[in-house]
Amino acid sequence: MSADSAQAILVMAVATYATRLGGMLIGGYLPKTGRVRQALDALPAAVLTAVIAPAVIAGSAEMIAAALALVAALRLPMIAAVLVGMGSVAILRAFGL
Amino acid sequence: MSETLEEFRDGVITIAPLELAGMPFGLIFGAAAVTAGLTPGEAIFMSATVFAGSAQFLAVGLWAHPAPWLWLGFAVLLVNLRYVLMAASIARKMERFHPWQRWLAAFVLADENWAMTERRAVSRPLTPAFYAGMGLTTYVSWLVATTVGTIAGSFIPQPELFGLDFAFPAVVICLVLSFAKSWHAAPVVAASAIVALLTHRFVEGTWFVVAGGLAGMIAAILLPAPKKAADER
Repeated sequence: MSADSAQAILVMAVATYATRLGGMLIGGYLPKTGRVRQALDALPAAVLTAVIAPAVIAGSAEMIAAALALVAALRLPMIAAVLVGMGSVAILRAFGL
Repeated sequence: MSETLEEFRDGVITIAPLELAGMPFGLIFGAAAVTAGLTPGEAIFMSATVFAGSAQFLAVGLWAHPAPWLWLGFAVLLVNLRYVLMAASIARKMERFHPWQRWLAAFVLADENWAMTERRAVSRPLTPAFYAGMGLTTYVSWLVATTVGTIAGSFIPQPELFGLDFAFPAVVICLVLSFAKSWHAAPVVAASAIVALLTHRFVEGTWFVVAGGLAGMIAAILLPAPKKAADER
């Protein structure tokens, strides 16, 4: 491994760990009531929605599969709903959607 | 079986299906890294120390000789800003963790085990053993997949054909549904989706995650669920 590659990788590692540890350290000091609390309670659903939004509207196969997974999730256990999503996206893509 | 061992096993079982579905992407990372001019040792070293899929793919895209470390560090910092939000959120649920366990937990935090941690915390207290089971499984499978990918080179079938890239979005759809059981969460989800999509359309990188997340949180403040208002009285 060359020295400049090792240096670049270690800089990347420090940058990544800084974001993870930074959040971990400030999290304990955040208020447990009031508006900040309301915002933090909404954080998981808000961030999760944002993470997948582009992947869900990437094409018609993805949009249809997401809708099917959503319907399945209302009735079936999670693993079944996930398989419905994966299976339908694979089939729809095979048909060129 | 002791309670600790049971929690650890639960963690492994919770994350294992997602990691299996995600394996091909570790394989592809290993192969792409070698193709871009990294040595197999460098690719494996990167997976072991950085341990962040999207940032590592980005680095492979920017890779050159000599490696532009300042650019790489800055780009990785931006791509990973979402981890600040994710870590801050689970830190509030880690009362049972020692400080050193939090420092270690931060190192293996990834999108998929963060999501499953949030889900776990809804139904029962989060334990270090559960988190360790997930974190260790995630870390080992990423390293194994990277290593095999560097050896296998470009001999990788397209995971998209099997819908494997859709496993994570599908899991997240289920999770959002479980966090947002009532219609009161609709403004949060809607604001997040709209802002994330607009940001994704017009801004490079993964700013869309931070922008969408913040939009959803602002929506929660502006339109609080009635239940929360009752709590404050």
